[in-house]
Amino acid sequence: MKRILTTILCAAALGLAASTAIGQTLNTVKTRGVLNCGSNPGLAGFGQTDPQGNWNGLDVDFCRAIAAAIFDDPTKVKFAALTAKDRFTGLQSGEVDLLSRNTTWTISRDTALGLNFTSVFYYDGQGFIVRKALKVNSALELSDAAVCVGQGTTTELNLADYFRANKMKLKTVTFMTNDETVKAYEAGRCDAFTTDASGLYAERLRFANPNDHVVLPEIISKEPLSPAVRHGDDQWFDIVKWVHYAMLNAEELGVGQKNINEALASAIPDVKRLVGTEGNYGEQLGLTKDWAVRIIKHVGNYGEVFERNVGQGSPLKITRGLNNLWTKGGLQYAPPIR
Amino acid sequence: MSAVSEIEKPKVSLLYNPKVRNLAYQLLLCGVIAVLVYGAVANAIENLRRAKIASGFGFWNQTAGFDISQSLIEYSSSTSTYGQAFWVGLCNTLVVAALGIVFATILGFIIGIARLSKNWLVARLAGGYVELIRNLPVLLQLLFWYNAVLKALPDVRESVVIGGGAFLNNRGLFVPQPIFHEGFGAVLAAFVLGVVGSIAFRIWARRRQERTGEQAPVLWVALGLIVGLPLLVFVLAGSPIEFSYPEKGRFGVRGGIELLPEMVALLFGLVIYTAAFIAEVVRAGILAVSHGQTEAAYSLGLRPGPTLRLIVLPQAMRVIIPPLTSQYLNLTKNSSLAVFVGYPDLVLVFAGTVLNQTGQAVEVIAITMLVYLTISLVTSLFMNWFNRRMALVER
Repeated sequence: MKRILTTILCAAALGLAASTAIGQTLNTVKTRGVLNCGSNPGLAGFGQTDPQGNWNGLDVDFCRAIAAAIFDDPTKVKFAALTAKDRFTGLQSGEVDLLSRNTTWTISRDTALGLNFTSVFYYDGQGFIVRKALKVNSALELSDAAVCVGQGTTTELNLADYFRANKMKLKTVTFMTNDETVKAYEAGRCDAFTTDASGLYAERLRFANPNDHVVLPEIISKEPLSPAVRHGDDQWFDIVKWVHYAMLNAEELGVGQKNINEALASAIPDVKRLVGTEGNYGEQLGLTKDWAVRIIKHVGNYGEVFERNVGQGSPLKITRGLNNLWTKGGLQYAPPIR
Repeated sequence: MSAVSEIEKPKVSLLYNPKVRNLAYQLLLCGVIAVLVYGAVANAIENLRRAKIASGFGFWNQTAGFDISQSLIEYSSSTSTYGQAFWVGLCNTLVVAALGIVFATILGFIIGIARLSKNWLVARLAGGYVELIRNLPVLLQLLFWYNAVLKALPDVRESVVIGGGAFLNNRGLFVPQPIFHEGFGAVLAAFVLGVVGSIAFRIWARRRQERTGEQAPVLWVALGLIVGLPLLVFVLAGSPIEFSYPEKGRFGVRGGIELLPEMVALLFGLVIYTAAFIAEVVRAGILAVSHGQTEAAYSLGLRPGPTLRLIVLPQAMRVIIPPLTSQYLNLTKNSSLAVFVGYPDLVLVFAGTVLNQTGQAVEVIAITMLVYLTISLVTSLFMNWFNRRMALVER
């Protein structure tokens, strides 16, 4: 008994040790030859596996972009499917190098959890989906309704806040995984299902009859979804942040997968700095000069990735909205590469 | 130590004294374990500090801010703390474990005895039940029951109305909530009086039987005292009770007492699974009692019922109780599978949501483990006490 206990304690301590002994995440990733990325176990358009077992989605492509920047090979990523409940422990314990799974950036997560959120990769907000047959037109009519919600999410807290603020009576039914939550809603256990609006559109596609369900107009919260890394490794923090910014700057400058070779010969100073024909910004990050080229060539710029996974090129058909570039009325704004 | 070795064999060097050696090894082992434990704890604390992950138990009094679908004690998402959420989860775990233990014991005894029945069909049915249920994983059974319960029940807008103002639908079972008025205390007092009276009557009846051999109708007298007396007082006091009936609202049913389908599914799964094991324990216990005992009872003129009740079971209990204890512990621990069917037990509420909101995995998991350890140890202690008592009475 004692021996077992000791073993467990040692294992626990070693597990925690692994998380901080890394320090230099980039070196570890390079030595390992593969990037460990925490992904959503299944959310259409954001992180899921296809029938062949290949991962795809917006969050997944972000991990591929980082792998491309480091290895010049977007396939050198090992995805770990993390539930909402387990995701932070997975990152804290060093199981994954970064978390890219529609995670809301909040102050408590940024501080007390020992994490750093890098940049808002997708601006989202929480909504509700109900059956059309209920004839509900507004979330404000949901008093007394049973609402299915995933466990360990900001959604769970916002839901309680919203019902309290509007003096409505709430009955929640909480499940560990997204799949269980959706299944319970479909089985009629709940009147409404709530999650980030992007998630609602994604899940609606998986219902037997998507047209029997309607997403209510209210968006009840701010959900800035951001990748996250551990505290204590500024270089890695910078890399993750700037991979996103490189994708945004590329879109802003009109550099995409198709015209990347022309961009390499471009004379425009901004483009030259992006593709590394001028300056050595990639090396300052700990990567190579052509880091952004690798990202764009293998994965694409932000707009391309967005349209391919969740936008018009996907079954989700989500409009850019807040996620459009700042030049086009959205909120996606990247600091310049110079 | 030297004194010990002098008394025993003064010439043997301390190095070769088996007692000293033994002690030295024990001390060494303790030392190594202490160092390892210290190292592990210190390392964990240091790493948490370095990773700037919050630690300590400060979160206990912070506002939780999330809702829980079933709470036996006062809980509201706006004012309650993580500490209160813990108690809500713990109560839910205890309720499901306690109910599960009671029902699993009843069902297990019935199945176990049925398996030994002389009736071919009954025995085979019981045998089939045991073999089927105990060879399937409990999680699978829980998911089966949850889906079976949800799918089989009618939609909320087509609730089945059961007599007495109760509703049944896929949101659960809704029964009227009793509201007690003044004078109900008298009914309760009558009930307590009835119970005490019945026990006294039973003791008197047993003494008289030992003295004269005459039997008294204990069952009927007890029934009259426990049910009849409170009923009489109830009517005399002018029915001091009122029911708040559940009624159909826009979204299903509101008011009344609500029994969640998650809880029903969890209870079903745990009871049916554990009962299969208890049945085997009971069967083994009964078979352990020599058949001569039964024959002796028959030769004294006892019928099969009293033989089982008065001769076989009391002796079988000695064999049954220790393995029964481990089945109770298994049931309690298996109740943590509640997370998979969405029943808000300790693991779902505390080791799930609270852990995730606070991010303090080490503290939360340590507390949760401590709670399960405590529940299990208390159950064990009680069963050991019960076992000793049964053994004494037996002789």
